[in-house]
Amino acid sequence: MKARARVAVLVLYLGLLLLPIYWMLNMSLRDNNDIMSQLTLVPVHPTLKNYAEILTDKSWYMGYVNSFAYVSMNTVITLVVALPAAYAFSRYRFLGDKHLFFWLLTNRMAPAAVFLLPVFQLYSALGLIDHYIAVALAHTLFNVPLAVWILEGFMSGVPREIDETARIDGYSLPRFFLTVFIPLIRAGVGVTAFFCFMFSWVELLFARTLTITEAKPIAAVMTRTVSASGLDWGLLAAAGILTIVPGGLVIYFVRNYIAKGFALGRV
Amino acid sequence: MQKPFDNRAWLLVLPVFALVAFNAIIPLMTVVNYSVQDVFDPTHRSFVGADWYREMLHSTRLQNALSRQFLFSALVLLIELPLGVAIALVMPRKGGFATSATMVLVALPLLIPWNVIGTIWVILLRPDIGIVGHFIDHTLGIHFDYPTVPSQAWGSVLAMEVWHWTPLVALLAYAGLRAIPDAYYQAARIDGASAWAVFRHIELPKMRGVLTIAILLRFMDSFLIYTEPFVLTGGGPGDSTTFLSIYLVKIAVGEFDVGRAGAFSIIYFLIILALSYVFYQALQRVGTGASR
Repeated sequence: MKARARVAVLVLYLGLLLLPIYWMLNMSLRDNNDIMSQLTLVPVHPTLKNYAEILTDKSWYMGYVNSFAYVSMNTVITLVVALPAAYAFSRYRFLGDKHLFFWLLTNRMAPAAVFLLPVFQLYSALGLIDHYIAVALAHTLFNVPLAVWILEGFMSGVPREIDETARIDGYSLPRFFLTVFIPLIRAGVGVTAFFCFMFSWVELLFARTLTITEAKPIAAVMTRTVSASGLDWGLLAAAGILTIVPGGLVIYFVRNYIAKGFALGRV
Repeated sequence: MQKPFDNRAWLLVLPVFALVAFNAIIPLMTVVNYSVQDVFDPTHRSFVGADWYREMLHSTRLQNALSRQFLFSALVLLIELPLGVAIALVMPRKGGFATSATMVLVALPLLIPWNVIGTIWVILLRPDIGIVGHFIDHTLGIHFDYPTVPSQAWGSVLAMEVWHWTPLVALLAYAGLRAIPDAYYQAARIDGASAWAVFRHIELPKMRGVLTIAILLRFMDSFLIYTEPFVLTGGGPGDSTTFLSIYLVKIAVGEFDVGRAGAFSIIYFLIILALSYVFYQALQRVGTGASR
């Protein structure tokens, strides 16, 4: 009976959680005139024409390509710089280490709105506006501190004796790091990559400001459904559903590590 | 065991330092530069000292946005923490399909782009096409028009925020619960402990570390909230859902008043810095004391 009550509460919560997403899915399968004329719980005249329009129009689907391009660049850059830094924080004390760690964290907490205008001017001056790399670099502002934080948590869970044994066995630091240490914390690396993907994928303020047409993310392309004849709700909903799909797939791959990852490796 | 002291570790940190400094220090200096000048056009500017700061600190709009922001963040914590813990307690803890499916579904809102979150809630809450808006307006018979009624706009933004971010708290609390060894529960069963006693004396203390992280992340991110309420209400009606970031973007991009925006940015940033420091200290203590 008690177990049954728990399941009931869980199912109720999941139902409430999925209701908004279901409603958008419902809208995405309907024609705009149909949406405006009546409210129905399931699509009465289901159509895939909204999805067809997005997947055949280059200016639409390139939005997805652009988003994927800068998100993956950001993930690679972040991991490459954050791995050695996290190792340093987890294994050594050095001049100003605590201050540096705190300073990094403040950048995770800095409001994007504060940096919006100056970051735009900075990347304009470098001629990088509307290139993937501009968004990828701008997103390191909050992803690198988070990555260092998560990786440091995972690395501190590895006993330091392993480092010392490897040194006695004659491993150089780079060789030890690449062939022994990184495989040991591969779950942590996966979780960190997941978080980089997540925060770069959902962020829009920088991504929209630093792009014009060539690198415009899908979330910004969506705003163009506003036209003279009003909003095309069906098309907007279909585009929204398509932005949820990649996230769902990525969660599926990291589902077994997700709980530990959200605790930043500190459980 | 004490970590060895070695300044060569700086070499490992240098790439991170360079990258974040590039993204943070240069723009921050630009903002400081704006905040002490009156800029007419690129060639005409004059030094005004702390004038913008004085003006912003005495601005009632800023003070209102600030108290609105604190109220919002406080409500977010008060609602999301107990709710998240409650959800974590009912989530299945043994492995298998049910667990995997629950994890994927609970985490789903966290992976949705923030403006899409706003769009989802617009579609949900509009009285003409939204199921919830239609339900409140027609079935319950309460006039519902969130873009024009301040209390409804507030409630809508808060409901959206709770929907969007409670999963993060739930997953963190769940991670803490999963780390409790079975032996603890067996001992409690032998002692005949009630469900409440198990929660109060075993589960809650074991979740202390992860809940501190949850408070830190939820407070900070709700303090910076911009995109979701901007799409849902645009900060309106009037200024009623204009939180700090929305107000800042209104001044900086909408009115292109870079002097005032610069001063505001620095004030905003200092508040964040002070709060981060308090939370960071709390987190450091948990980091050393959580396992005890």
